Amino acid sequence: MSILTEIVENLIVGDDEKVSALTQKAIDDGVLPKQILDDGLIAGMNTIGQQFKNHEIFLPDVLMAARAMYAGMDKLRPLLLKEGIPSPGKVVLGTVRGDLHDIGKNLVGIMLKGAGFEVIDLGNDVSPEKFIQTAREHDAAVIGMSALLTTTMSAMKEVTYQLKEEGLAGRIKVIVGGAPVSAEFAVEIGADAHGYDAANAVERVKSLISEN
Amino acid sequence: MRPVVRFLDDELLVRIIAEARTILCKLGVEIHNDSIVAMLADHGAKVDPEKNRVFLTDDIIDKALAAAPGSFQLYDVHGRRTHDLSGHNVHFTPGSAAIHVLDNETNTIRTPTTGDVVEYVKVVSQLDHLASQSTAIVPGDVHQNISDSYRLFLSLMYCEKPVVTGTFTIDAFNIMKDLQLAVRGSREELRVKPLTIFSCCPTAPLKWSDVTSQNVVDCAKYAIPVEYISMPLAGFVAPVTLVGSLIQHTAETISGIVISQLTNPGTPVLYGGSPAIFDVRYETTPMGAIETMMIDCAYNEIGKHLGLPTQAYISLSDAKQLDAQAGLESSMGATLAALAGINNISGPGMLDFESCLSLEKLVVDNEIAGMTLRMIKGIEPKDDFPALPIFEELLKEQYLLISKHTRRHLRQEHYFPGPVIDRANRSRWIEEGGVSLRERAHREVTRLLADYQPSELSDDVKKDLTQRMEHEARRWGMDQLPHRQDAGATM
Repeated sequence: MSILTEIVENLIVGDDEKVSALTQKAIDDGVLPKQILDDGLIAGMNTIGQQFKNHEIFLPDVLMAARAMYAGMDKLRPLLLKEGIPSPGKVVLGTVRGDLHDIGKNLVGIMLKGAGFEVIDLGNDVSPEKFIQTAREHDAAVIGMSALLTTTMSAMKEVTYQLKEEGLAGRIKVIVGGAPVSAEFAVEIGADAHGYDAANAVERVKSLISEN
Repeated sequence: MRPVVRFLDDELLVRIIAEARTILCKLGVEIHNDSIVAMLADHGAKVDPEKNRVFLTDDIIDKALAAAPGSFQLYDVHGRRTHDLSGHNVHFTPGSAAIHVLDNETNTIRTPTTGDVVEYVKVVSQLDHLASQSTAIVPGDVHQNISDSYRLFLSLMYCEKPVVTGTFTIDAFNIMKDLQLAVRGSREELRVKPLTIFSCCPTAPLKWSDVTSQNVVDCAKYAIPVEYISMPLAGFVAPVTLVGSLIQHTAETISGIVISQLTNPGTPVLYGGSPAIFDVRYETTPMGAIETMMIDCAYNEIGKHLGLPTQAYISLSDAKQLDAQAGLESSMGATLAALAGINNISGPGMLDFESCLSLEKLVVDNEIAGMTLRMIKGIEPKDDFPALPIFEELLKEQYLLISKHTRRHLRQEHYFPGPVIDRANRSRWIEEGGVSLRERAHREVTRLLADYQPSELSDDVKKDLTQRMEHEARRWGMDQLPHRQDAGATM
């Protein structure tokens, strides 16, 4: 069995220690970091994503695999940076101003990281300015906003409005989600996407980034 | 703790049994079968030959109740145990027997064909929460005198689960017994590992026909388990009160136990039934009426008090299609039956006063059964005490999705229904087509039919079954059995 296949298999069962050790071994054996990432870690997470969608596995299995993915990424990241290989994309994530609910947002963060994205999590009660400023500073491709209250949803519109005002709309994409947030609302406020759950948010972010 | 529901207190329960015994001794039971009447007379029963009336004695009743086993097991076609009919154990089985199927495409009823029976058996073979199959529909494309045995034949050919069945004539018992012997190999093996349960129905009030009483005797001779299906109709051919109907049900069921246990002491029996209230507005027998379900649960308590395993036709609906009424009546019945500890719960798949089978309803009812089976496992502590460590972990990690505690207990603590139960959020539900329950159920039926794997019963046994069934069909003037598209693929 090739080492990359071993990485995939151990990632699927969520064995972070083995994925970490195997990633190191692959590096030591001279496998290209980009290949370890694409054909090992990301390939494993793609399988996990499909199995989750088909209800063959459940969220805990996905999160275990994501944790194993981070373990591999910890070994790989310095090499990828050194070789100037860009990350699949940066996402600035947060719960909007006035809203302290962050469980769903955290789940999205874990799943995005598991899919290989770099996530800058601003926590909760995040102001529109802070979202935009952080996205600018980190050259993020996507802003992800979460709200659980109908009263705080409106803060999302301030971000899309501000991005438009500053000529950043389209360059920094916006995805919104949370219990009261619908696809219609996303369209209404000019967001680029709506994620109806964490796994769906990952899929939407992937398509937003591939559009860029 | 296993949750249990009770409808009768001990004092009432004992009085009901006492009244039933008095009725059996003083008013007697009508039995239209001379040899059974003679047998009972030999045991000391008085007989009124003109009215075919047999007056039981306390001695006969005590002897029969003492002889009936307190539990028994069922085994699949390979001889693997599938049922332990004892205590408060609960197993689900499809209802039986319907004279119609609900065609999903037209949403209208029609007479079932061989193809319908085969599809039904293929579906039920894959439904995890239905421990047995039943000969749920009566095919209309064979001679009526083999419509009972032919159902059993198809059941044994296509599905490995044990079968709840029954005969329509005295004569048909022979082939139905032979089909079972072909599977088991010998009479002794069939006795040790029962493969079927035969439903035998007294006629209300307090009457046994020649056919059904003879069925009880024939089953007893081969130690084939029998479920007694007493059907008092409260307010029509039984007292309108639930207690009055229970007294009648008790008397009719005990009379059945007497026939089987005096024929062959120790023959397995299920204290069963299919009582109903009579709806005096529509002149119907609603199986989905709450009072019907209450009678079912209560006679189950009486059966348990007598030390017998129990059965009921409950968890079914009188609705004409797979609608909200179908769901609510079936799930109320299943929930109550499981809480009452009815050992063999018959009903899944049935609509329209048990006259119509819907495959789509069957897959929905499989989920009702799954949820119900989870419910009766109750709430038990599992690594929950002391609670401090898990809460320390929660406060530290902020969530427990990947906690060892979660991964250890998730799949046992939470029941995961199949795709017919919608648990998506609205956006996902819309994105996935906004599919209705009926359509989801139909897709599941379609998937199960496509995924069906033939029964692993040996080819030799399948050939033997086929030859016996063909021989039986010829006896009734059918040169061949109806064509089955996949007849070759079953072997």
